[in-house]
Amino acid sequence: MEALSSKKKVLEQKPLSLSERLYLPAILKGMATTISHLFKRVPTVKYPEQQREFSKNWRGMHSLKRDEQGRERCTACGLCALSCPAEAITMIAAERQKGEENLYREEKYAAVYEINMLRCIFCGLCEEACPKEAIYLDGPIVPADYLRKDFIYGKDKLVEQPFHAEQAN
Amino acid sequence: MAETVKVTIDGITVEVAPGTTILNAARQIGGEIVPPAMCYYSKLQGSGGKCRTCLVKVSKGSEKDPRPMPKLVASCRTGVMDGMEVQNITSPEVIEARKGVVEMLLINHPLDCPICDQAGECHLQDLAYEHGEEATRYEFERRTFEKHTLGDKIQLHMTRCILCYRCVFVADQITNKRIHGVLGRGDAAEISTYIEKAIDNDFSGNMIDVCPVGALTDKTFRFKNRVWFTKPVDAHRDCPTCSGKVTLWYKGEDVIRVTARKDEYGEAEEFICNTCRFDTKKTSDWVIEGPRHISRHSVISSNHYETMHPLPVIQQKPQLQEFNKEQFERATKL
Repeated sequence: MEALSSKKKVLEQKPLSLSERLYLPAILKGMATTISHLFKRVPTVKYPEQQREFSKNWRGMHSLKRDEQGRERCTACGLCALSCPAEAITMIAAERQKGEENLYREEKYAAVYEINMLRCIFCGLCEEACPKEAIYLDGPIVPADYLRKDFIYGKDKLVEQPFHAEQAN
Repeated sequence: MAETVKVTIDGITVEVAPGTTILNAARQIGGEIVPPAMCYYSKLQGSGGKCRTCLVKVSKGSEKDPRPMPKLVASCRTGVMDGMEVQNITSPEVIEARKGVVEMLLINHPLDCPICDQAGECHLQDLAYEHGEEATRYEFERRTFEKHTLGDKIQLHMTRCILCYRCVFVADQITNKRIHGVLGRGDAAEISTYIEKAIDNDFSGNMIDVCPVGALTDKTFRFKNRVWFTKPVDAHRDCPTCSGKVTLWYKGEDVIRVTARKDEYGEAEEFICNTCRFDTKKTSDWVIEGPRHISRHSVISSNHYETMHPLPVIQQKPQLQEFNKEQFERATKL
């Protein structure tokens, strides 16, 4: 049959030489490569037990901050939700009652504050928009989970723990 | 006397009726050259002349007397003359003076915009954003007041007040009995009811609409939501006491606030009664006309569409739940 194009290349098949027929030199050559890797630096880490150092501007899970007296800084102004390009943040505000002055910094606070971690793209715009320095993306990697509903993080997961438990109480 | 007088504002000539103020002449031209106004309200007689944000430079008094006016004048209180030439945004002097005015207005303002319900539709916020400096030079304590209650419908935050007197004029002119006014002088001046009496007039709610800052806000809307997450919709109803033309502010399916319709200068087109404002907050009470037009520059225009769509609401579908019952159970077990 005539070739359709001139691109066809005819390979010449030579009979195997003695060393090639023995296979052993080729096996040894391959093993040498494999064994040499045993002594090289391992590029991976054993993740959950061992964690890599994050860069300074790493953006991980959000945390809602407290001030020096352990009061929540967030005042539910809605600027984070407004700036969020993925529309991941929702909140419901409430008025601070008498006697709650040690819990919330301002007259108004976020009674419900939810971030949908499936929607969040970790761009950090909420952090930039916050006028009260209340939200920072300084946490670890958001863990995997089985159900979609478990990715909606409420205040129980987001608000940071008071640093001195006795002082806050 | 001529039927109309010619006045030139920033190089644009307009013919207006004699006796018009410079501010109203500028509003007839419209656009960027309109001086901002915090205390002047076209529907309230006697308002204006207090906040000084509408200062303009008159570079030529009139055709007969072409000398410029020696100082900047408040455009809401100065009448036009034939052949008058006014500079607003073209004069660096005016822009500098306006910066000073904004700084003075903000001296005692608490700047608690993250908490304030007015944020997003606050005139002082817009004014400071457009004309003000970024930082204040004021180092002293801001004034504070004892708490007053103005009934269960209106919330008074005296610290935010800029003493524009608009609410006093509303109480004076629209309601038949004024029971609140301004007490004290100078730094101690504050609006208050005389004997801490609740304001229970049928039109008292309009004070909320005329207030340029968050000093008077709707108590039924207090901390419910931020204005930019709500969807304004024009609606009307048959009201025996007022025109019944309002703007409804929706969040999802619920009307969470009712206000008067406001024009481009933030002034209510028609005042509405308290029944419309506070008591009728169901969609079934209203005839919906369509989404309200919101300026592109306003924060409220984010996610605001001007085509009439039914409100997107996720409904429970029992049929679908029945079909997916098995899967739901498996999911809960996990």
